[in-house]
Amino acid sequence: MIALADPGRLAQEPVIPEFGQGSDCVRENRQFCWDWFQSRFDDVFWPRIVEHVELTLIAVGIGFAIAFAAALFAHRYGWFDTPFTVFSGFLYTVPSLALFQLLVPITGLTWTSAEIALVSYTLLILFRNTLTGLRGVPEDVKEAARGMGLTTRQILTRVELPLAFPAIMAGLRIATVTTISLTTVAAFIGAGGLGQPIFNALQGGFKTQFVASGVLAVLLALIADALLVIVQRVATPWARARARVRAA
Amino acid sequence: MTRRRNGEGGSAAEIVFRNVTKRYAERTEAAVRDLSLEIPAGEICVLIGPSGSGKTTAMKMVNRLISITEGDITIDGQSVKDLDVTELRRGIGYVIQQIGLFPHMSVEDNIATVPRLRGWDKGRIRERVRELLELVGLDPDEDPGRYPSEFSGGQRQRVGVARAMAADPPIMLMDEPFGAIDPITRERLQNDFLRLHALIRKTVIFVTHDIDEAIKMGDRIAILRPGGVLAQYDTPDTILASPADEFVADFVGADRGLKRLSLRRLRDIELDPVPPGNGVTRIDADTTLRDALSLMLAGQIERLLVMDEQRPLGICTVDVIGRLLATRGTDAPA
Repeated sequence: MIALADPGRLAQEPVIPEFGQGSDCVRENRQFCWDWFQSRFDDVFWPRIVEHVELTLIAVGIGFAIAFAAALFAHRYGWFDTPFTVFSGFLYTVPSLALFQLLVPITGLTWTSAEIALVSYTLLILFRNTLTGLRGVPEDVKEAARGMGLTTRQILTRVELPLAFPAIMAGLRIATVTTISLTTVAAFIGAGGLGQPIFNALQGGFKTQFVASGVLAVLLALIADALLVIVQRVATPWARARARVRAA
Repeated sequence: MTRRRNGEGGSAAEIVFRNVTKRYAERTEAAVRDLSLEIPAGEICVLIGPSGSGKTTAMKMVNRLISITEGDITIDGQSVKDLDVTELRRGIGYVIQQIGLFPHMSVEDNIATVPRLRGWDKGRIRERVRELLELVGLDPDEDPGRYPSEFSGGQRQRVGVARAMAADPPIMLMDEPFGAIDPITRERLQNDFLRLHALIRKTVIFVTHDIDEAIKMGDRIAILRPGGVLAQYDTPDTILASPADEFVADFVGADRGLKRLSLRRLRDIELDPVPPGNGVTRIDADTTLRDALSLMLAGQIERLLVMDEQRPLGICTVDVIGRLLATRGTDAPA
């Protein structure tokens, strides 16, 4: 489920929860209170983690679909490379807070605004990496494929894309980790995610919530990166064979 | 239509170049000019010439990696222009100098590429891969699952040759296939390929810039001069014995007499009768004339007794070899 924007929500939530009735740690607002984190994980953090993952997956998914299609197009028609690079490069350089804010008058304080901004940040990396991967396929391999009677489409699907896969995955890793970190900023326009408890804690000054949210966001990024590395390794046994030979 | 059955169960096809010209739009000079060649089914035809002589261009027009500007190329009488381009290419084995194996596929998957495109069933493909690996001197038990990066250059080109032969095409195009391989391995690959060719008898177009390789590999050699004009098309022996002009004579080198000697073995020539008595140096009948001559000159030996195992065949002297060199070339490959 996606938490749609609720402008009042930031103000409604208790700023420092359970003041007065929590443990010493909570009352004294120490750096990190494990007991509070543990007792409130299910209602304060878990829903935000789910939102965060959803925001990220959808942003990277849509971004990849657009960038991948654009890269295939630019691979076939070289002239498309420069305009799309300039376009996605421009989006990439707009400061994230500014972009979120810019979109609010157009698409409102909504989940859509957040996703548009997040998607636009993935485009440059995913486009460049996919195109670089496709262009890096050795000419002799393509010539052999053509000479054996593979069609242009077969060369793309059976030779070029598999060989570009490591570069594409490298792009996905960067895009995913970047998006996870940017998604925390998306809470600024009420998109939810782990940014939400961070903003709340910033306002109220409750350290445990602040630290826990930050650490969870970092963990999320590390886990996502590790998962992608595993996918890449499983999918490219040939690259490991090559590494083995180099090491020997 | 001279489609010839052969030992491996495949066939070879006759290739004819008829007044073929290639002109690139951006250049006024032709890359290949009015080239006419008849390559009989089952023979190895070597295309050779200095750079800019259009030898690779000529070869690539056969599988239409390069389009023909004028003229025509026919395979068993059928114009390559009339054939579907992917079908045409799947019916022609293609081996290039850089090998071009698919690094992300195992050896088995590399070799199986064309059979899969042709829809062979799995069992047949597996069997074919084993058979081919054995044929090119690789291990059919260990090697199918390995990746190209795990092999040396020479082994990779063996895989390249196996992949080109996978669907048993009647024709193979080889573009400097052994050019990037060290001399010792190259020699082994050349010998192995000749042995293989004797078995499969496909029609092969073999591009090289190395005249020694051309003499060794070719049933016939087409020498092209810069500008893509055919200078001479003949058997190696005839080209060495009677080069058509100055350019060919220069190209084959001043030592063409010696090169010609390396084409023949002692058992193939007419020797002097064996005189009674003993006391001459013995030599194996499979020695080339060039090596025999070298031996005689270096050791100041006047007469060699040529032995086929235990049986004396005759006497070889410098005169015997000299008489042979004085003859013109033969028309048919030796």
